[in-house]
Amino acid sequence: MQIEVNNRPIEAQAGETILAALKRAGLSVPTLCHMEGLLPSGACRICAVEVEGQRSLIPACSYPVADGMKILTHSARAVAARRTIIELLLSNHPDDCLYCVRNNNCQLQTLAAEHGIAQRRFSGLKSDHTIDISGPALGRDPAKCILCGKCVRECEEVQSVAAIDFIGRGSKTRVGPAFNEGLNLSSCILCGQCVMVCPTGALFEQSHVKQVMAAIQDPEMTVVIQHAPAVSVTLAEAFGLPAGQDIAGTLTAALRRLGFDYVFDTSFSADLTIMEEASELVQRLTSGGTLPMMTSCSPGWIKFMEEFYPDMLGHLSTCKSPQQMLGAVIKGYWAVKQGLDPSKVYSVSVMPCTAKKFEASRPEMVHDGIADIDAVLTTRELVQLIRMHGLDVLALQAEDADRPFGERSTAGKLFGGTGGVMEAAVRTACFLVTGQDPEVMEVEAVRGLAGVKETRVKVGGLDLGLAVVSGLGNARALVEQVRQGRKDLHFIEVMTCPGGCIAGGGQLLGVDLAGVQRRLAGLYAIDAEGPIRMSHHNEAVAELYREFLGQPLSERSHHLLHTHYHRRDVVR
Amino acid sequence: MTDLQFIFQRYPGAKRDALIPILQEVQDVQGYLSRDSVIAVGQYLGLPASKVYGVATFYNQFRFQPLGRYNIQVCRGTACHVKGSLGVLESLKRSLGIDAGQTTRDGLFSIEVVACLGACGLAPVLCINGEFHGNLKPESLGKLLSTLRKEAAANA
Repeated sequence: MQIEVNNRPIEAQAGETILAALKRAGLSVPTLCHMEGLLPSGACRICAVEVEGQRSLIPACSYPVADGMKILTHSARAVAARRTIIELLLSNHPDDCLYCVRNNNCQLQTLAAEHGIAQRRFSGLKSDHTIDISGPALGRDPAKCILCGKCVRECEEVQSVAAIDFIGRGSKTRVGPAFNEGLNLSSCILCGQCVMVCPTGALFEQSHVKQVMAAIQDPEMTVVIQHAPAVSVTLAEAFGLPAGQDIAGTLTAALRRLGFDYVFDTSFSADLTIMEEASELVQRLTSGGTLPMMTSCSPGWIKFMEEFYPDMLGHLSTCKSPQQMLGAVIKGYWAVKQGLDPSKVYSVSVMPCTAKKFEASRPEMVHDGIADIDAVLTTRELVQLIRMHGLDVLALQAEDADRPFGERSTAGKLFGGTGGVMEAAVRTACFLVTGQDPEVMEVEAVRGLAGVKETRVKVGGLDLGLAVVSGLGNARALVEQVRQGRKDLHFIEVMTCPGGCIAGGGQLLGVDLAGVQRRLAGLYAIDAEGPIRMSHHNEAVAELYREFLGQPLSERSHHLLHTHYHRRDVVR
Repeated sequence: MTDLQFIFQRYPGAKRDALIPILQEVQDVQGYLSRDSVIAVGQYLGLPASKVYGVATFYNQFRFQPLGRYNIQVCRGTACHVKGSLGVLESLKRSLGIDAGQTTRDGLFSIEVVACLGACGLAPVLCINGEFHGNLKPESLGKLLSTLRKEAAANA
């Protein structure tokens, strides 16, 4: 059908909203509460447009198009209404933009600037809510909340965690955990997806930038950093390069300029994880262990299982995540070999993830008072560090990461996206079972951004049922099936964030689905180029086994690379 | 059988639409919604505690602390408003150091704001445990409260 927008005809499809039709035609109206892929909530009204024949303004996000509809997106009336909405939102909003974590990256600030709002027209009662930094990775500042409800919906509808909801009514409404308590007592899994959707500075990660800078300045400390697979295909976007472009070499160079003494690649320990995890899978398959085995790389998912499915913890792989494996190997093996005192090694990671901050602080990840990982930076914090140091990233020459933990296979690199752990594990499991490398590397059925992917593969004489889910709503549905007796699956990969780490809660703000798609394509391109596409062919990993660990699942491996998880009592 | 189990058994197979009636019954029996009750109701209905607490705090009728020995209902209806009930309420909150919906730490007083008590001729009016006190001024509250404190001490 055809509708008319701003006196020009555009195509629209029956059943879609005005907003969807506008977007396809390349037209835009501002939105604050709209979430792609979820039902419209129509809470903020900032998208209101004028529709001929309608008495009042119409919210574009939640109103269906009709044949011949005549719309004015920026009539004087619509723009005036938008201005008023923004002014009302600002009426009780703190004026501390300069000191706000979202300064220059805030949708409310941007809208106010775009609409030329230069003074406070309405003065509402300021809310005196206290800042909540009780959570180990995330913080909340309810005074900055505009009650768009996106965090509430993300937490409940996408992640099925529902740690937060609206509390109270009217002008006293706020968003928070049950009983208005701290996040630390709630079921929050620290995934950070709420931060990704928050239009203002009401939700943020707890920054580790200061600690990391202090460690770099400390002459006694050897400061080591590892970067996760998803980071190098994301960072480019912050510096004006296209999404998905891999700048691992430039990233390494930048990290050295920032003062890190050694730069390692978490994809190395992703390969190590695969050696352990694929061996664990084969062992479970052949010795009657708990099946299906579920991956344990994603710390939000682990916390979710501890809280909601403590009876199912036996399904989780005992492998630590790649971050924690590398942390353990750096302090438990490398430092000693280098003649360094492990307590004088400061181990940092750059992660696309907020939950990794929580994971690093878990008591299981600290030995004799020495943490495997001392600080975790999100991709956003890394960008801040780079900008603070005035580094011209585009002018840096690519450099190789440090040996031995800078070497990786492309299978390890695939860990950055949904399906990647599965694909890497299948390649190595095939080798472990048959002694031969697989003929075809790609497991196409587990590629792509779909939230649920299932397939069966033949590995030697074994016919394996595989499932890959991302987004904990999808994971919950699958865990329920397994709990109710579903038996055809052997191995399940779970990533907490929809799309995997490339869309993690510590990534750059403001990315859309197409951007995430390009990051995933970036990972696939790296894999296609090779040359080493299987974790068991990573020579540095093989050397680590020869020199120190022995073999996968050895006693040393178990001590250093494996762990166990426990029931966690929280307000659910 | 606990109070809650007794209530739940009358709602077999209940879903989220039974939330408010169940919360009302819990409050009727226990006088308020305790933290444990909110969590238990959520578990019974398969709802997160955040959701139950969110719904319960939306409605004025639910309270999260037990009522005081003297529950002071402050009328904020139109006639009382015109005759200065806001000042009465503010003065009361200041004297007791609590907000509406809260209970003093000694458990003696709680404040409840109500829309209209239907005693507009006495505006501004309070109702304490069913007894009306009319034509109030903020200054007259001190005497009223100390009378109640004495009464409570005498009947301790």
